[in-house]
Amino acid sequence: MALVRLALRRDRSLLPGWILVIVGVVAGTASAIAELYPGMDDRLALGLTIGSTPALQAITGPVYDPASVGGLTAWRATTIAAVLAALMSLLLVTRHTRAEEESGRAELVGACAVGRHAFPAAALVVAGGANLLIAALITAALTAQGLPVSGALAFGLAIAGTGWIFAGVAAVTAQLTEHARTANGLAAAVLGAAFLLRAAGDAGGWEALSWASPLGWAQRVRAFADERWWVIGLALLTAVTLVLVAAALIRRRDLGSGVLPPRTGPADAPPYLSSALGLAWRLHRGGVLGWAAGFAVMGALFGALAHSAGQILGGNPQLAAILERLGGESTLVDTFLVTVLGMMGLVAGAFAVQAVLRLQGEEAALRAEHVLSAAVTRPRWALAHLLMAWAGSAAVLGMGGLAIGAAHGIRTGEPGQVIRLAAAAWVQLPAVWVAAGLTMLLYGLLPRLTALAWAMLLSFALLGQLGEVLQLPEWMQRLSPYSHLPQAPGGELDPAPLIWLAVLALVLAGVGVAAFRRRDLTGA
Amino acid sequence: MQGNPAILISGLTKSFGAVRALDGLDLAVRTGEVHGFLGPNGAGKTTTLRILLGLLRADSGHAELLGGHPWNDAVELHRRLAYVPGDVVLWPNMSGGEAIDLLGRLRGGLDRGRKKALLERFDLDPTKKGRAYSKGNRQKVALVAALASDVELLLLDEPTAGLDPLMEAAFRECITEERGNGRTVLLSSHIMSEVEALCDRVSIIRAGRIVESGTLAELRHLTRITVVAELDRVPSTLPGVHNLAVDGSRITFEVEPDRLREVLPPLTTAGVRTLTCRPATLEELFLRHYQVAP
Repeated sequence: MALVRLALRRDRSLLPGWILVIVGVVAGTASAIAELYPGMDDRLALGLTIGSTPALQAITGPVYDPASVGGLTAWRATTIAAVLAALMSLLLVTRHTRAEEESGRAELVGACAVGRHAFPAAALVVAGGANLLIAALITAALTAQGLPVSGALAFGLAIAGTGWIFAGVAAVTAQLTEHARTANGLAAAVLGAAFLLRAAGDAGGWEALSWASPLGWAQRVRAFADERWWVIGLALLTAVTLVLVAAALIRRRDLGSGVLPPRTGPADAPPYLSSALGLAWRLHRGGVLGWAAGFAVMGALFGALAHSAGQILGGNPQLAAILERLGGESTLVDTFLVTVLGMMGLVAGAFAVQAVLRLQGEEAALRAEHVLSAAVTRPRWALAHLLMAWAGSAAVLGMGGLAIGAAHGIRTGEPGQVIRLAAAAWVQLPAVWVAAGLTMLLYGLLPRLTALAWAMLLSFALLGQLGEVLQLPEWMQRLSPYSHLPQAPGGELDPAPLIWLAVLALVLAGVGVAAFRRRDLTGA
Repeated sequence: MQGNPAILISGLTKSFGAVRALDGLDLAVRTGEVHGFLGPNGAGKTTTLRILLGLLRADSGHAELLGGHPWNDAVELHRRLAYVPGDVVLWPNMSGGEAIDLLGRLRGGLDRGRKKALLERFDLDPTKKGRAYSKGNRQKVALVAALASDVELLLLDEPTAGLDPLMEAAFRECITEERGNGRTVLLSSHIMSEVEALCDRVSIIRAGRIVESGTLAELRHLTRITVVAELDRVPSTLPGVHNLAVDGSRITFEVEPDRLREVLPPLTTAGVRTLTCRPATLEELFLRHYQVAP
């Protein structure tokens, strides 16, 4: 219990922030939908559009009851809220388990009268409670807006259920590796895979694929549309199973070690490992390759779906007629691809942010001082990592675009799609570089607040996803660099925003490096 | 004494928020000497070293390193020095051997023969990954990288804190050799025996200031000698002694070094049977500064 209090104390500002954002997103969506679509006709029309737009379903999931405000709220907010709850839970559990062990703090407490299960147990209690609180607040917020209680409760529990599952996932990954970064990465990869499975399943109409993903379950609770309560039981059961697996793993290992054994390396360094750039490449190499592989899989999946996205509409003559006027079937495919590439741009932004934050990690771990006490200038060291973020995001996005193009090209028999879509993927780059530049600026000016970089990226994603639904003012929506990108593929390619975004990225990074050059090194 | 001092610091101050880490620190390290930098944790040793490395910027005061400015000329200076931090953290996925080569190359060069010899001397397996080393072995990795680099100045921050006694002996041999090769060493430590055995001169730091600096002989000159003697009879007066204690025929007292010769004749006439004179140990010197209220 003392550990639960310790965890709550350490998270006293972070945790309420997460909870407020999640509940706020749901409540805001419900009120926006009630306001924007007051009549049954409006809502049904929206439902028809959603039903015929696989790209939209890839992002949000299917709509089960377009007639009610609750049904549309569940359609629009479930995935976002579930992903946020999953992120909150997995970061929280890792922070209070593996990160504690890695820093040695767990040893300090572990030597006192607490069992070996105490840390994970406390973390899981806090994560479980936070998710339950989210469920309660969502229920209250939606009921207060006049929505049926049972639907509101089902919605809240669907979100909490996803949170519980990913708390369990993180409890397991925290046992597998010795490092919090790797543990978080593994758990986030599970979340990414869950999103991908669900997106592909919902866009392509493969129900089984969506059922393979915990994020798919959250929608299949069918809040406000004849609730399926047993799906929440399924989530709870899965979470409990994961916790039991984690407990079994804990019993089999020592404090500080992981289940996977460490390997040995060469006695001498390869020739490239002789400069700040060589070191940066060594540190980012694995990450770039891993992310590129992920982008290739994601790209191939959506590329293969793109063609069907156009065909689904072919069966609806009315819609096809409307579309013909808008530019034909190819427009629909392109709309789908624009959405997919926009999503990839955000994910590439996450890659770039974590790559720049590597600087902060190196500094906090006191490894930066090895390099900076040798004959390496501060700008050289910082720029080496920044280069990995910029070039690495170009590589992963390029890989994603090539994979989409290849898969789509094979389906349609147009080899030209490979180049066209790889180029379209790179249209996202300037916005990704701005995200990296902003992170560098934060690192140079406020090294203790670099976690804000994630908040920044998350707000870019939310602005893009919800800006229009919540009717946020134009200037606020334009705060995200992604909102300035021209449409690609399909749209007219205006190079101006690409150029000024790239220049902005350079300026931001330059100011960040200059600030870093002047400040004290932190840590120790 | 050769030419310019390797390190010359005067009136250095540095605060972290409300905490004053350095409070007008003065320090001079001559070229070619092994200089002991003695003080407990939190006295400001690491802060001083980090300012010398240009990792921190001093609030005020003057610091000169190998004739250059620690902040402005950082990179030029870093080619000529090697630093071993007190808490060595390695890259988890990089082997010890790779880290040694990398650090040496970043400084501008590494003697491969010396690397091999040092690895044997410190009994270090270079194929283990950074995450698999114990604290002592991580320290060895940084020490080997520093000692195998071709540099003029070594800045060592409590380098033996994690080493076992055998490795401490190997470390002392290495430092003695380094002095023979004409390198300058600034050795921060709180292990008295190590400093006593290795250092030409010592500076004692307390709460961000140097309270004592000089050769061990010079420092001792300022402190009393402890004398223990067994006598036939206890003399009625002894000139200039302090803390006299009599236990039967055995007396213990302290005396200023330059008054020792005045004490000896009365002892001889009192029929001295055994006599032990012990100059103050470094530990006593050190504790004197830390027990007296400021």
